[in-house]
Amino acid sequence: MITAITAGIDLGAKTVKVVILKGKEVIGRGIATTGLDQKKSAEKAFDAALKEAKIDLKDLDRVVATGVGRTEAPNANSQITEVGADAKGAIFLNPAIRTVIDIGGEEGRGIKISPEGRAVDFAINEKCAAGAGAFTEAMARALERPLKEFAELALKSTKSIPMNAQCAVFAESEVVSLIHAKTPHEDISRAVHDSIADRIISMVRRVGIEKEVLLIGGVAHNVGFVNSLNIGLKLEVIVPEYPEFIGALGAALVAAEQQE
Amino acid sequence: MSDIKRYKTEPLKCWGKAKELRANYYKEYKEAKSKGGICWSGGAEAIDVIPYAFGDDVHSLTAEPYAAAIAFDPEFAHRCESALESKGWARDMCAYMRNYWGSVLIDEYAFGGPFPKPDFNLQSGFCCTHAKWFQVLSLWEDVPYFNIDIATIPFWKEEFPNRLQYIVDQMHESIEFIEKVTGRECDDERLIEGVYNDSRTTSLWAKITELNQNTPAPLDEKSMYSLYVFTTLDRARKEFVDFYEELYAETKDRVDRGIAALATERFRLMSDSQPPWAFLRVWRYLEQFGVVSTGSIYTIGLEGVWDIADDWSLTPREDLKSRGVELKTRDDALRAMADWHMRRPIYAMFYNADWKSKLMMQYAKQWNCDAAMLHLNRGCEGTSLGIMENRAALIKTGLPVLTYEGNMGDDRDFDEGRTIARIDTFMEGLGLKKLT
Ligand code: SF4
Repeated sequence: MITAITAGIDLGAKTVKVVILKGKEVIGRGIATTGLDQKKSAEKAFDAALKEAKIDLKDLDRVVATGVGRTEAPNANSQITEVGADAKGAIFLNPAIRTVIDIGGEEGRGIKISPEGRAVDFAINEKCAAGAGAFTEAMARALERPLKEFAELALKSTKSIPMNAQCAVFAESEVVSLIHAKTPHEDISRAVHDSIADRIISMVRRVGIEKEVLLIGGVAHNVGFVNSLNIGLKLEVIVPEYPEFIGALGAALVAAEQQE
Repeated sequence: MSDIKRYKTEPLKCWGKAKELRANYYKEYKEAKSKGGICWSGGAEAIDVIPYAFGDDVHSLTAEPYAAAIAFDPEFAHRCESALESKGWARDMCAYMRNYWGSVLIDEYAFGGPFPKPDFNLQSGFCCTHAKWFQVLSLWEDVPYFNIDIATIPFWKEEFPNRLQYIVDQMHESIEFIEKVTGRECDDERLIEGVYNDSRTTSLWAKITELNQNTPAPLDEKSMYSLYVFTTLDRARKEFVDFYEELYAETKDRVDRGIAALATERFRLMSDSQPPWAFLRVWRYLEQFGVVSTGSIYTIGLEGVWDIADDWSLTPREDLKSRGVELKTRDDALRAMADWHMRRPIYAMFYNADWKSKLMMQYAKQWNCDAAMLHLNRGCEGTSLGIMENRAALIKTGLPVLTYEGNMGDDRDFDEGRTIARIDTFMEGLGLKKLT
């Protein structure tokens, strides 16, 4: 029997991710920034993944798309929602996962999953960037620091300062006020990450937090946020090796199942 | 597709009549003064039987359905909203009130021509907005205003004669008010007839919606939104009683013959709160998955009157005549009307999230619902109170629940693309695929 080669493409608001599977083994990953031309961005991500997998587009047996732009995905045979793809990818990585927290550039979501990998409930923060990656990026800019450095600063903080602003724009002015008040940058960073973690936790509590908890999406790379989230949840979330690719992985797994 | 069960469907025969009755209602209000009659405005609450007693040339414009009609036309609604906002009024107030106020400010009637100024405003209030809505309006319009305060709990739980008396006293006063501002006398016989009619209209609506407990559902909720409106316009009118008699008979006939609202019904939903009026197509989108929305506590209980048992089970309340209630005096009529309307399930929404949860669970059981789709309605403080508590309570019973954000009257608070995306995710979780 020939092992099927399938792909999942996740067209997010900020980046496009592609995962290629041979059977259930990942043989390629590709990522590209989402530009105005989504199709072109998707092609770039595909090219990168195909190169890593050392195959051609024509070698793909089936492609499943997910993400906000999934209807625009080139080469896709079918689609699956982001929540469905996340659940699939999460349970594949670790069958003990019952809660998934996915924080992308512009959206955060909490998903409760069944042992079979089905999303049984979900909550989405979609109206305000204050619960997503764009928020931390804006705050890093306000402190004139690269995002990675800004995130790491939070780990050195010794003081927790509450942030009151309800939206990303007002939070930026609050950060500027803290800078003027000569607040140490590490405490500002911690305050920013605590505030986003608080929002996410209250959203995820709506679906119920059950162990094990998997944190995925680009924001999972942010060590300051992970620290605040762990403190707020009073547990250690699991961060996979390629957190931003889990949606695409879930889509690829669906493609593999459909191919069977 | 071929193995999907298909029910027979038929368009509703009385649909045309419903459209005609509604159009006439708004036309009659507009033309009342020029024909020597009286026109008044106020909330779609339990009091329109009082002006009804002043003659058949007295016509109302009930506020909430009028505002919903504005919301249905986003271009007109935007002009109303921006007129109001440019005067400094906040965007987070009741969306119905804002639409209505905006229509007065720009002096445009949603059914053509300038806004017809009423002879008086008569309101009854159980939500904070109610009291202010017509107080402000009456100052702008320079017309007399009377408000009946309904600050009391639903009567189905406990009988409190003093609370009933509080409302009845105000109803008596409102009659004196109308007599003074119109120079007419209240016709008590007509009042009694109106009270009987009103109870018949609202009992019939409960009976009609009860029929939706059947599978397949004879009515879909999108159609019900158009049909329930007569309980909110002028319930005491004989023509509305007659219309509901006809609709009840037709719906019953559909049930007897197995006629479905949705041919591919395979999954039953309950909703909550007023819908985002400018986006009723979302209900049609659900149908692509074979999902029929059967209604909600709001749809059946805004004006439908029910007996609510100790175990929260719902049974349509028989109208006053059928119950053998004899009305001889004005006081009898007002007391019976106040008692009648205080039994509407809608009050639970305004007073106690736990009661509402219990009613919703009961609804899910009696109407055989497989899931719920709840509107976090930013436009109405009353009906959206405690929705997240309701959600948690329903989920505890094992019912899957989807929430979405929106606004019944202001389409700027509703993101159609994201709502559709949420529905897709919810359907996927339920294992439902599009049938077409
Ligand atoms: S807030 Fe809701 S209940 Fe109150 S007046 Fe407005 S629509 Fe009616």
